[in-house]
Amino acid sequence: MGTELRLQPKDFKSDQEVRWCPGCGDYAILAAVQGFMPELGLARENIVFVSGIGCSSRFPYYMNTYGMHSIHGRAPAIATGLATSRRDLSVWVVTGDGDALSIGGNHLIHALRRNVNLKILLFNNRIYGLTKGQYSPTSEVGKITKSTPMGSLDAPFNPVSLAIGAEATFVARTVDSDRKHLTDVLRQAAAHPGTALVEIYQNCNIFNDGAFDILKDRRQAEEAVIRLEHGQPIRFGTDHAQGIVRDETTGDLKAVTVTPDNEARVLVHDAHTPSPTTAFALSRLADPDTLHHTPIGVFRSVDRPVYDTQMADQLEQAVEMNGKGDLGALLAGNDTWKVGRSARHPRSTTAARP
Amino acid sequence: MTVDTVDIEEAEPTSAGIRAKEVRRLDRVVIRFAGDSGDGMQLTGDRFTSETASFGNDLSTLPNFPAEIRAPAGTLPGVSSFQLHFADHDILTPGDAPDVLVAMNPAALKANITDIPRGAEIIVNTDEFTRRALQKVGYTTSPLDDGTLDAYHVHPVPLTTLTVEALKDYGLTRKEAERSKNMFALGLLSWMYHRPTEGTEKFLKTKFARKPDIAAANIAAFRAGWNFGETTEDFAVSYEVAPAATAFPPGLYRNISGNLALSYGLIAASHQADLPLYLGSYPITPASDILHELSRHKNFGVRTFQAEDEIAGIGAALGAAFGGSLAVTTTSGPGVALKSETIGLAVSLELPLLVIDIQRGGPSTGLPTKTEQADLLQAMYGRNGEAPVPVLAPRTPADCFDSAIEAARIALTYRTPVLLLSDGYLANGSEPWRIPEPGELPDLTVQFAQGPNHTLDDGTEVFWPYKRDPHTLARPWAVPGTPGLEHRIGGIEKQDGTGNISYDPANHDLMVRTRQAKIDGIDVPDLRVDDPDRADTLVLGWGSTYGPITAAVRQLREAGEPIAQAHLRHINPFPKNLGEVLARYQQVVVPEMNLGQLATLIRAKYLVDARSYTQVAGTPFTAGQLAHTLRETIRGN
Repeated sequence: MGTELRLQPKDFKSDQEVRWCPGCGDYAILAAVQGFMPELGLARENIVFVSGIGCSSRFPYYMNTYGMHSIHGRAPAIATGLATSRRDLSVWVVTGDGDALSIGGNHLIHALRRNVNLKILLFNNRIYGLTKGQYSPTSEVGKITKSTPMGSLDAPFNPVSLAIGAEATFVARTVDSDRKHLTDVLRQAAAHPGTALVEIYQNCNIFNDGAFDILKDRRQAEEAVIRLEHGQPIRFGTDHAQGIVRDETTGDLKAVTVTPDNEARVLVHDAHTPSPTTAFALSRLADPDTLHHTPIGVFRSVDRPVYDTQMADQLEQAVEMNGKGDLGALLAGNDTWKVGRSARHPRSTTAARP
Repeated sequence: MTVDTVDIEEAEPTSAGIRAKEVRRLDRVVIRFAGDSGDGMQLTGDRFTSETASFGNDLSTLPNFPAEIRAPAGTLPGVSSFQLHFADHDILTPGDAPDVLVAMNPAALKANITDIPRGAEIIVNTDEFTRRALQKVGYTTSPLDDGTLDAYHVHPVPLTTLTVEALKDYGLTRKEAERSKNMFALGLLSWMYHRPTEGTEKFLKTKFARKPDIAAANIAAFRAGWNFGETTEDFAVSYEVAPAATAFPPGLYRNISGNLALSYGLIAASHQADLPLYLGSYPITPASDILHELSRHKNFGVRTFQAEDEIAGIGAALGAAFGGSLAVTTTSGPGVALKSETIGLAVSLELPLLVIDIQRGGPSTGLPTKTEQADLLQAMYGRNGEAPVPVLAPRTPADCFDSAIEAARIALTYRTPVLLLSDGYLANGSEPWRIPEPGELPDLTVQFAQGPNHTLDDGTEVFWPYKRDPHTLARPWAVPGTPGLEHRIGGIEKQDGTGNISYDPANHDLMVRTRQAKIDGIDVPDLRVDDPDRADTLVLGWGSTYGPITAAVRQLREAGEPIAQAHLRHINPFPKNLGEVLARYQQVVVPEMNLGQLATLIRAKYLVDARSYTQVAGTPFTAGQLAHTLRETIRGN
């Protein structure tokens, strides 16, 4: 990270023509990521973007770093192999709601629980784009699509709830159109040791246009969006008139109009608390249909040993305990016998009585 | 068993005044230990094998155990066995039929008796032949009394009682003491065959280092078994099988199983390539032992990653390959099915990756602990699109070492996934292995790309990730962290040279043909044919059938029947001379533990009327059965 590493956003643009649909939310995310990359202070060759399949997974082609566009759902597994064998690299996974939560759900949850040093950017547009508009695991119930003409039947995943349930150490949510917020969340994710999951609400203007309009329209957003900031009381709405308090009978969280009487009860956000309980409760505030009361920001950011570091430590410990591996000694083992050119018998043919 | 010379030694009075027992010399023996899965038969077999290896016999083993960890005690499905063939000359198989059966209970007797030729010796643990135990396996009368075993030489031994009696001063419960009965049996057999015993005693001390009283009890039971043989009149004869001193080239030897040899081969390949070894794997029988073994050698820089599933196992390996590791995934047939898409990605990315399939009975879960060779066509063709992958197979347990190194050579040289097809028989079977000196191993070092490899028309120096080596057609391996070589690769079709996404029809045609040409052009050694008598019939095998085929070929030649033999290690690509070899013979017979998969490949590629001889019983061919079939073929039947 010498002084010559004054990279500019343009240094992270590859020579490939970007081929998302005009108006796609992915453009804004790409610009935000390219804009943020110089902040990492890392040389381009030490950064790798790995993706699966889907619109979002074309992302690595547009980054002038190392990259792999792999197969559907498997990016976290491939990135795990890379990150655990090459701790010198900054490894990023770009995935979507279908890629990460449907076909690749297993890899996602296991990456999160292991806490491998990966930064996972989950572009959630609540629809399948590349296959032209089927409902996704985050689509609201009753979604009318080509594959569900009478409405989808399955309850959606809440990616933040899922990640917290999967023992994730860093979970955040942001929105494609809010460049400042997106960049701030990326900054915190990049600084987190271990797996960071960032859900990015991303508009698919072809198959699910306006899915997040309520969070983007200035007037509606004031009531709909709850901005989480560590150490700050959780307040939102016009003039911060509303706040989140704990329901003393159920222990659950709820939104209330803040009054002098209840102001002291407004929850102060603590992203670093070891227990995931409150972060999970925050993730449940949003209405899955209307997205009303959607928290954005960092839900959870806690320290836990990082898998790849521990793996490397075990290698070092093994050398300390047993010495550096000696191939000749390994192959020979403990029970050998010699056959010589003139040897008659390796041992006496008469076995000793025990 | 073959009685080489009957050599009744001069009876010398011992100090106790008892005449020494008769000792006969044999050239080879096949012993099968059989008992309940909880009786420790695999351990007993392993120990007898180690004693035999250290004595210097040639040997070959066949463990056979149920998929259930502990099937209900005393039942036929719960029987576990271990067969060992040892000799004073070189041998090739675990033996067609046991000369001695050790049956620890009625179930073990019943499950194995059909394999035992008349005249063989049977040692039974009479304590377990209770009415209830007999009924459990459908014996209405005891086979020990009703004449069932008249054709055999039966040694009835109350193994359990004797063991408990021998351990009465060790302060163990009866149940604890009974557990040492396998060591009593081992001691008895060790006496019968003059096995060295120090190794077993040392082993027991180490194994039970934290429970010295258990170690002492097992050693006492082991010695009691030995003494029982020496003092009891029922065991009038003991046997010597001289070391196979002339069967082996000079060198340092050890006994080794296929999975262990394969694990060592991978570590050796990593050492020779000077690349860190990375294993991504998910536990599956019979491949898990490789994961276990490699996990023990972190001091070689070996990283083992137990993934959440088979797909993640190969995914992690592929990620590590991208990062510059020697990457491996280990599995069995069902796992290969799950990994297929990632193998296809590796074909497209052209990265080195070893996919090791320890084949077992299929389809689906099939016979997890039994052997089969039915994944060959899956290995060859089990992917979408044209996705050629080199395929090779070891022929013996020890050959798993060399095959792993050869697989690594191909993967690293040609930047391709490689499928290595071992099987349950090789994985768990063992044989003596001449330990190579590290200096004998091939140099596998690779050169990562370091800078631009192409000049554009305007003179700009650039890096093209798909610009190929003109000789091998391999693309450069540019690992992340190398400045200036930042590039993106993926499963979408790539433009020749630049590696950029390309949907151009002519380019796709070129890339498909180029990937195929790369695999077709892999340098593999010519097939060697063993044909001393200029025979008309060739027997062609691959993989683990080498032992039984070679033993059958020997039997035929000894009987004056000429036959030629060739055995394939490389199945994709085939050796360049294979077509010419096949054309030399009037008949080609292909024995396989599947329904004729290699025969299908041979017939398709060379238009040869190869005759398939197949068996899918979960067990290897016996030499006798193969010899019979080959003889019939030679005679035109």
